[in-house]
Amino acid sequence: MKEYVMGNGAIALGSLKAGVGLVAGYPGTPSSEIIETVAKYPHAGVHLEWSVNEKAALEVAAAAAYSGVRAMVTMKQVGLNVASDPLMSLAYVGVKGGMVIVSADDPGPISSQTEQDTRRFADFARIPVFDPASPEEAYEMIQDAFACSEKYATPVLFRPTTRVCHAYASVEVPESFTARAGDGFVRDSKRWVIFPRLSYINHGRIEERNVQIGKDFSAYARNTVEGTAAEKAIVTSGVSYAYVKEHGAEEQCRLIRIATAFPFPEDFARKALDGVKEVLCIEELSPYIEEQLLKLAGRYHLDIRISGKLDGTVPHNGEMSAELAGRLTDAFTGGIALPECIDTADAPALPARPPVLCAGCPHRASFYAVKQAMKGRRAFFCGDIGCYTLGNAMPLDMVDTCLCMGAGITMAQGLYHVDPDAVCFAFVGDSTFFASGMTGVVNAVYNEADMILCVLDNSTTAMTGHQPHPGTGRNMMGNIVDKVDIAKVLEGIGVKRVVTADPLDLQASVSLIRELAEEKGVKAVIFKSPCIAISRPDSKCAVDSSKCIGCQKCIREIGCPALTMIGGKAVIDADLCTGCGLCAQICPVGAIGGKKDE
Amino acid sequence: MNKDILICGVGGQGTVLASKIIAAAAMEEGNAVHSAETIGMAQRGGSVTSHVRIGEGAYSPLIPHGSAELLLAFEPAEAVRNLSYLCPGGTAVVNTSVVAPAGSASYDGEPMRAYLEKKCRCIFVDSEEVCRPFGSVRFFNIIITGIAAGAGVLGISRETLTEQIRRRVKPKFVEENLKAFAAGYEIGSGASRQV
Ligand SMILES: Cc1ncc(C[n+]2csc(CCOP(=O)(O)OP(=O)(O)O)c2C)c(N)n1
Repeated sequence: MKEYVMGNGAIALGSLKAGVGLVAGYPGTPSSEIIETVAKYPHAGVHLEWSVNEKAALEVAAAAAYSGVRAMVTMKQVGLNVASDPLMSLAYVGVKGGMVIVSADDPGPISSQTEQDTRRFADFARIPVFDPASPEEAYEMIQDAFACSEKYATPVLFRPTTRVCHAYASVEVPESFTARAGDGFVRDSKRWVIFPRLSYINHGRIEERNVQIGKDFSAYARNTVEGTAAEKAIVTSGVSYAYVKEHGAEEQCRLIRIATAFPFPEDFARKALDGVKEVLCIEELSPYIEEQLLKLAGRYHLDIRISGKLDGTVPHNGEMSAELAGRLTDAFTGGIALPECIDTADAPALPARPPVLCAGCPHRASFYAVKQAMKGRRAFFCGDIGCYTLGNAMPLDMVDTCLCMGAGITMAQGLYHVDPDAVCFAFVGDSTFFASGMTGVVNAVYNEADMILCVLDNSTTAMTGHQPHPGTGRNMMGNIVDKVDIAKVLEGIGVKRVVTADPLDLQASVSLIRELAEEKGVKAVIFKSPCIAISRPDSKCAVDSSKCIGCQKCIREIGCPALTMIGGKAVIDADLCTGCGLCAQICPVGAIGGKKDE
Repeated sequence: MNKDILICGVGGQGTVLASKIIAAAAMEEGNAVHSAETIGMAQRGGSVTSHVRIGEGAYSPLIPHGSAELLLAFEPAEAVRNLSYLCPGGTAVVNTSVVAPAGSASYDGEPMRAYLEKKCRCIFVDSEEVCRPFGSVRFFNIIITGIAAGAGVLGISRETLTEQIRRRVKPKFVEENLKAFAAGYEIGSGASRQV
């Protein structure tokens, strides 16, 4: 049957076709829909899970692959940093059943902290990587990746990018899928227990094997050469290939596409470059292929001029696009012009639209309560990764640091040690708490920090599309399970003061924070209130315009997208309002009413 | 058929449903279709776009600048922001009702309208007004699809689109949405007679 799916859906369906038996991952844009798609299609016999983080996911999958089951792990590129400890070792140990690690890169970056390049990780770990250019291709290539993994008993990386992950296309898929069973874990400590000796031996084997994989890749059908014999060639990869193709570059010069950046298909590249005098590399993120070509040219004394990012022809940062690829191609070949565009140089100034916390988001109330409580005091607010990072925006302005998942807690601790007179706060989401927050709390308790931890518990992983986590009581096998109780976890760690509060009750929250600020040690507040996208209340607030004095305090203080001024009075957009009542609690003249409990 | 359609708006306006219905309908009529959506951070009130590419030979997941024959803009400033995607001679269906950037003052939509009018063939529509009979601006995505279809700039038949709305909208909202589509279609046919 034909299915119109997102690139991530194509990856999911391709893995099911390949007989995958275990899929684990941690959400992260642009990778999250892979696991969600597996869940939507029949997948009997597949163990499916959102793990607490990428390291856990990779380890769960590795054990399955040791047992001969085909396993897939999904994450966004920075997730691979978290999973890099098991990955580096697993690269030495190897697998039995095919194991593919999907790490989705995000050039731009559009929804990420970094512009790192997973192809470099493949090189670093010395394992193969596949780099699809379209959803259709991702569907096929993920199957090739499983075959390659099994053939060489090595984990394999699969690196789509945002525009492949989030592009839709039709793929032809079977009516049903069969998960391939493994033959069970066979104990063999010489194979599965990593020791210096094993690593030494396997290191040598891996480098020998990679030469062979490079040869396989030289014959791989997705490493392609198009266009006629020419002295100029564009070498590209991933979605950049699609942009270059869109421009018809193969009519202007030779077009070489490398879909397997590591191990580099050296024989293929040498042949493809036969007769070529000038190369332009068009690729996103790092100049990986460009560097491989420079090495190749050095080793074989090829008389080729290679340009790309390293000589400043192509920008290092940001996404590639059809326009940029077209301009670069034309400049390189003197070729055909880009399509004519409407000139918009004279356009009126446009309003900027930075993303904001939704109307009714409980995070807004939590931040506002802490802000009010700390008015006039020296306080630092360490943020973390999630929707609540948006608490940085004006007028809340409540995020002083944001580094990586879980870092807010340990950074608040660090600030306390060097500046003990300030009140140090850490804000962490519930999903982030489970992912990498807990160890930080242990660290802070053990090392005697004075700080206040605010867990913003909205009962979901909101930023990445509302995935369940251990605190939600649901898992991806469709089961209702015991909730892991954040308050009990904190008590178990030894946090002496753990209080659960309703952030939508402004006065109580402000008093609570003031009180905690006077106490020693690690204190925790769990601000508990569900994300409005998972449980949207029916109630609404409304402004009584006869009472509104037009002071704009509601607008100035909390930045709720449902509030605007019309004709000198505050107005609430009923389509957006959820009746959280925060504005009603700050209106100095009591002009806003209609909160659910009134 | 070879056609690129760019849909733009602000996160939360329902652009994705319009894109899904148009893509599915174009496929139903035997076309190869590719599309791409803004997913992630920007969905929280930022600028969002859906790129629908109908026909063979579309390699780039995003529409190249100057290639879209049709721009469906859910917001006037977003129409201006994305105008460079439109090909010279293309049509823009534009909502004149502005969405203020969250947390800041609203802006005047009139200069946007005036600018667009100078630059391309426009069909303007006020979402507040056309959605009033339906009680919520949430119907605008279906109405604007109807307008484009009625104006004959979508290149997809009324029947195919109606069928896709039936299939893709939650059962209890189907009837209202079909009415919204029909209302949009009427506006579109009227507009195409005027231009
Ligand atoms: C290492 C790593 N993995 C995954 C992500 C993607 N990601 C961004 S925010 C987030 C979780 C947000 O959930 P939560 O902490 O509950 O906050 P919420 O968005 O619900 O407010 C994730 C997984 C990331 N940025 N870094």
